[in-house]
Amino acid sequence: MVIDSVAAARPYVAAPRRGPVTRVLENERWFAFFLLLPTAVLLGLFIAYPFVKGVMLAVTDAKVGVPGNFVGLQNFAVLMNDSIFRIAVWNTILYTAVTTVFKLALGLWLALLLNRHFRAKALTRAFILLPFIIPTVLSTFAWKWMFDPTFSVINWTLFHLGIIRTRINWLGDPQLALISVMIVNVWRGVPFYAISLLAGLQTINPELAEAAAIDGARPWQRFRYITWPLLLPVTMVVVLFSVIQTFADFQLVYILTGGGPANATQLFATYAYQVGVGTGLLSEGAAISLAMFPVLLIVVVVQLLYIRRVETH
Amino acid sequence: MSRVIIRNLNKRFDGVHAVKDVNLEIHDKEFVVLVGPSGCGKTTTLRMVAGLETITSGEILIGDRIVNELPPMDRDIAMVFQNYALYPHMSVYDNMAFGLKMRGFDRTEIASRVKAAAEILGIEEQLQRKPRQLSGGQRQRVALGRAIVRHPQVFLFDEPLSNLDAKLRIQMRVEIKKIHDRLGTTAIYVTHDQVEAMTLGDRVVVMKDGLVQQVGEPLELYNEPANRFVAGFIGSPAMNFATVEMADTDGALWARHEGIRLKLPAAIADRLRQHVGGKVTLGIRPEDLRVASGSDTADLSFDAVVEVIEKLGSQILLDVRVGPNMMVAAVEPTVKAKVHDRLRLALNPDRLYFFDRVSQAAI
Repeated sequence: MVIDSVAAARPYVAAPRRGPVTRVLENERWFAFFLLLPTAVLLGLFIAYPFVKGVMLAVTDAKVGVPGNFVGLQNFAVLMNDSIFRIAVWNTILYTAVTTVFKLALGLWLALLLNRHFRAKALTRAFILLPFIIPTVLSTFAWKWMFDPTFSVINWTLFHLGIIRTRINWLGDPQLALISVMIVNVWRGVPFYAISLLAGLQTINPELAEAAAIDGARPWQRFRYITWPLLLPVTMVVVLFSVIQTFADFQLVYILTGGGPANATQLFATYAYQVGVGTGLLSEGAAISLAMFPVLLIVVVVQLLYIRRVETH
Repeated sequence: MSRVIIRNLNKRFDGVHAVKDVNLEIHDKEFVVLVGPSGCGKTTTLRMVAGLETITSGEILIGDRIVNELPPMDRDIAMVFQNYALYPHMSVYDNMAFGLKMRGFDRTEIASRVKAAAEILGIEEQLQRKPRQLSGGQRQRVALGRAIVRHPQVFLFDEPLSNLDAKLRIQMRVEIKKIHDRLGTTAIYVTHDQVEAMTLGDRVVVMKDGLVQQVGEPLELYNEPANRFVAGFIGSPAMNFATVEMADTDGALWARHEGIRLKLPAAIADRLRQHVGGKVTLGIRPEDLRVASGSDTADLSFDAVVEVIEKLGSQILLDVRVGPNMMVAAVEPTVKAKVHDRLRLALNPDRLYFFDRVSQAAI
């Protein structure tokens, strides 16, 4: 009786009848290989191949229709003496630095506001995202109209408010043009900061702020000593992404000014496009694009090291 | 004088009346526990005292100051949170020192206060660690330490032991009691655990649905509950209730129900005589029931059928069926009973409770 019940309790095991595909997939190495394959193909095709192709072009004298010969680092040597390239380098650094500071400051401010409780919070959050959702090309065209020397709504408003007497040539004046481009970049970039930082803020236990309030910290001190240090890892990741994107920005400038007037808004990406595609000097264009690489690499490494340090402490 | 006075305190959240007209005077050095089920308004009351929640109406005094409009930092209070609320990026030392730094204490004073608190709590070895490197019990000690170093007028505790396991909870309960005895700071402690309330509180405030049900010393609540809710909430296992009919037969008062027929002693009969012919709720504590012996009269005992037996060691809990009602009897561990046994349970006539069926108030 006892033996019977034990036998009955034994689980029924089906005889394994596996096909050849199952047998291969049972092997962890093959299984991992198949799982990684789609990603590897996509990355290889759209990231690695263009990058390698870019490096190869940069060390030749290829032009459109001319395969070119190996010339070593000659293209980079030419760039060093290219005054427009130097302007583009300076503009890109200035453009990235200034817009990042403003995007971070405004994004953080917005995130702190949105983290409070108020009516229509969800709706406001959705609206904040609008600049980020609208295709860059469309919104930039709208800005181009707003900056138009004749039809500018900004000029119209300022004029009717009595603030200005003559029209401001937003995109025609070399200094104003760079500022205008920066304004559009900040407008477009703030939502990304705001929403990402808001997500970061929401992971911070609200009891910490309450404990700090009871501990005697004023609102600014609560931000300085509690919120900001806890938000820092998220902030660093957001800044990292933003810096990479801003450094390689193309669409905004291309649509608003095309790099002008007189190269005043020329960035790495627009100059690379102008030289490589516009004038057909593929190798020089590739060299300009590649010149961004070491700078971005340093930025990424420094920030990743910093994030790791923050997280381990 | 660090007394706390709460006058006609009300709190409404979006149409919900969470705290209803609470009045309470907490004396200097007193340890008062607010206890009640979830949503009874105890934490909201505490948070209003802390200044973390605005007051809809009423008045709160700490010391002799009305603090209604004062921010938390100016109320001279310290609070221990349920989830510890330790600053995760700071060391234990910095967590404890933070409040003192914010208040501009000099370094030597901060160091000596933190050291003294760490000694009291036995966390000297952990001062350089981060909160995540500590166990739950150690974290709660740090949270206590952060409150102690400030030497506030009032300590506020918001369910500080809820996240600890049962054994550690008992240990920390004793430590909190010791710390209070040593420092003598006025304390308001919120918990949903009636055992914690009874063991810690000089006085206990029982709350339900935003209303204070009863305020009293622990044994007062246990022995003289003001209403059926307090009677059922205080005491573990909970009091047994049964609806009984009051009848006057030959001058004696009887409480009757299916399976129960009890002759009430003259001492309590007078109180209940006005309910003759009507129904009231009878309450019997499980520990006031015992297995009847030959000397027990039939007038103060009733038959019961054992359905579940819970052997706790120091006592046995018998879940029994009495007529249509289920009751629990906490009996001596020597009692030999089996499931489905029919027993006769005797009770102590001096420890019967009666409650009005409408108002629920004790009769």
